[in-house]
Amino acid sequence: MTEQHKDYQGAKFGMWLFLFTEILLFGGLFLLYSAYMHRYPEDFKEAGKALDVFIGGLNTVVLITSSLTMALSITALRRNEKGRCMAFLAFTVLCALAFLVNKFIEWSAKFGHGIFPGSPHLLEGPNGQGVFYSLYFAMTGLHGIHVCIGAALMIFVMVLIRRGRVTPENFGFLENAGLYWHVVDLVWIFLFPLFYLIA
Amino acid sequence: MSDAIERGKGHAQGQATPAPANFLESAPGREGITSWIFSTDHKRIGLLYLTLIMVMFITATILGLILRLKLMTPGNTLLAPQTYNATFTLHGVIMVFMVVIPSIPASFGNIFLPIQIGAEDVSFPRLNNFSWWLYVTGAVLALVSIFTGNGPPDTGWTFYVPFSERTTTNVSLAVIAVFILGFSSILTGLNFITTIHRLRAPGMTWRRLPLFVWSLYATGWIQVLATPILGITALLIFGERVLHLGLFDPGRGGDPLLYQHLFWIYSHPAVYIMILPAMGVISEVIPVFARKRIFGYKMIAFSSLAIAFAGSLVWAHHMFTSGMSDLAVLVFSFLTFVVAIPSAIKVFNWLSTLYKGSISLEPPLLYALGFIFMFSVGGLTGLVLGSAGTNIHVHDTYFVVAHFHYVIFGGTGLGMFSAMHFWFPKIFGRMYDKKQAMRSFWVILVGMNVLYFPMFILGLQGMPRRYYDYLPQYATGQFISTVGSWILALGMGLMFLNLWAGIRRGRPVGMNPWGGATLEWTLSSPPPPGNFLEEPVVDKGPYEYAGVRADD
Repeated sequence: MTEQHKDYQGAKFGMWLFLFTEILLFGGLFLLYSAYMHRYPEDFKEAGKALDVFIGGLNTVVLITSSLTMALSITALRRNEKGRCMAFLAFTVLCALAFLVNKFIEWSAKFGHGIFPGSPHLLEGPNGQGVFYSLYFAMTGLHGIHVCIGAALMIFVMVLIRRGRVTPENFGFLENAGLYWHVVDLVWIFLFPLFYLIA
Repeated sequence: MSDAIERGKGHAQGQATPAPANFLESAPGREGITSWIFSTDHKRIGLLYLTLIMVMFITATILGLILRLKLMTPGNTLLAPQTYNATFTLHGVIMVFMVVIPSIPASFGNIFLPIQIGAEDVSFPRLNNFSWWLYVTGAVLALVSIFTGNGPPDTGWTFYVPFSERTTTNVSLAVIAVFILGFSSILTGLNFITTIHRLRAPGMTWRRLPLFVWSLYATGWIQVLATPILGITALLIFGERVLHLGLFDPGRGGDPLLYQHLFWIYSHPAVYIMILPAMGVISEVIPVFARKRIFGYKMIAFSSLAIAFAGSLVWAHHMFTSGMSDLAVLVFSFLTFVVAIPSAIKVFNWLSTLYKGSISLEPPLLYALGFIFMFSVGGLTGLVLGSAGTNIHVHDTYFVVAHFHYVIFGGTGLGMFSAMHFWFPKIFGRMYDKKQAMRSFWVILVGMNVLYFPMFILGLQGMPRRYYDYLPQYATGQFISTVGSWILALGMGLMFLNLWAGIRRGRPVGMNPWGGATLEWTLSSPPPPGNFLEEPVVDKGPYEYAGVRADD
């Protein structure tokens, strides 16, 4: 069963529609953030101080770098440089893992300080700070799940490239994986200032 | 994402073994259930959807009949209060998320959208099969949630906080099921939009798209843009219950009103996911049986998009009594009136199409006329609800229940039945007993009105929705309504039996039994697996009946 007539434009179009849905999925949470930010501005500033700007900033750099290598991998494949493409993709996956490790360290530290949704420590404090941290865990958690999906997707693309299913002529799948990764990156670009820089 | 369109697949197989004559028959050696459930043929997937949707419809109908039977008399009869709460929740969840939202798009949309634009399949056939599996998964999870945990959910289909956070019933699993069903709906919408943009046959310009396709296009955009909000809302309920987020818990600084906003940002546009495809069906049926070009093609197509757009801006009219600012109430009330305009445009255009048409009153048209009548009653009472002042009086009463069922059952339901009778000969290559179809229509129409009209009066008198018991003054209305539910069930039973008999031993029909001018009527009945033997070239609009002849 040979697959003919690959509709490159159609595949891209479908992917863009899917990315809309991803942005709207996060959109619901951003809506909650803006409503509660409006209600508890002081608490949000106070709670934001406890987040580590260094680790957050580091993760931002890691993700932006990974977006660059993702884009480079597509160019490499289109220039028929399969080895470089694979190397760039592997580096992107490593960035994703580094991001997750940082996130794990951050979350563990917060749990260690008794900061997690519904914790006695937060229940004693002002309501606004509890809401801030619930949003923090919900939004970075959902984003973290997307980082995992993105990394898995890139590993899958690497397998497809190795098997000759994604080629310099037929790179739509790689490009769509790249688009997905950029959206994951983009969401973080908004999460970082809203939580880490608000103080 | 990058499924290829497997063009010519049927022909390629045809070299080794003779290709099956139609999509209902499997190629030799590839028979059996797997040739259906893993099929990427849009027609087979459409039939799979139709079958499951009908199973779910009958299930939820039985739940509805049980509810009505309990409400026939006041007091503690038939069901315990907790069972009653669970039953109306299940009736709502199944009907909304598993029947009405997928109803026409996932079944008839899948079968006829590619054919009507002259394509061989949808843009992403494998994704299409995947979305059916997601539907199955969601449905199974919802059923599991009934029998596991601390009993079936009892929140109503809206899952309103704070009750949904605190009830001990199995809400967590049910909202995950809703999330998965939403994902399925998104993928269907995404597939349709891409298909309409990319796979139209040569000559199938945007102005020659059948209006059913236009309505699916508008529906697709709502599915893609609104359903993710339902997704995050369902996930948040899960998070509230399992991870104790407290984002909607007033005791911890959260705001339940924000939940209502998130919920209705999806769930109001969702009623247009329900009604738009039915309007598309009516726009196909009316010109065929009036033998006349549709009146105001452009305005009907435009009004579908206008409904999709304006319908996304009216959600808070469900919350007039929840405690919003007067300004917000005013704005949402005004926008609600605005969205009535494109709906009215459609009704006027359908009636103008019938005017001086050469009408043949066949079953599909009869069901379509039933749609117009019921939808008009439901739509006009919707304005009573949309106007802020009158809303306060009838909010959360039986008036709302009556309005909703007139629009969704009388509208989408009859639209679905009209589609079933219209496309039945095309899908199965046989004809049902037309006289019997008409008789069942009248029983259904009478049943619906006897069932739901008393609810308008009960609502105006102050009977609250979802209550287990009621005061003696509502007894007469409740009794009549329950009798109506039996008439309706009888009518639908007659209709389904008649269609079933038609599948088994109906008279075989040719390509074009109704004399339709859209592309599906140029194919044999049932259509061959690859749809068109050669790519069609379209040189006229979908409602140009000159030279089109019904073949019996």
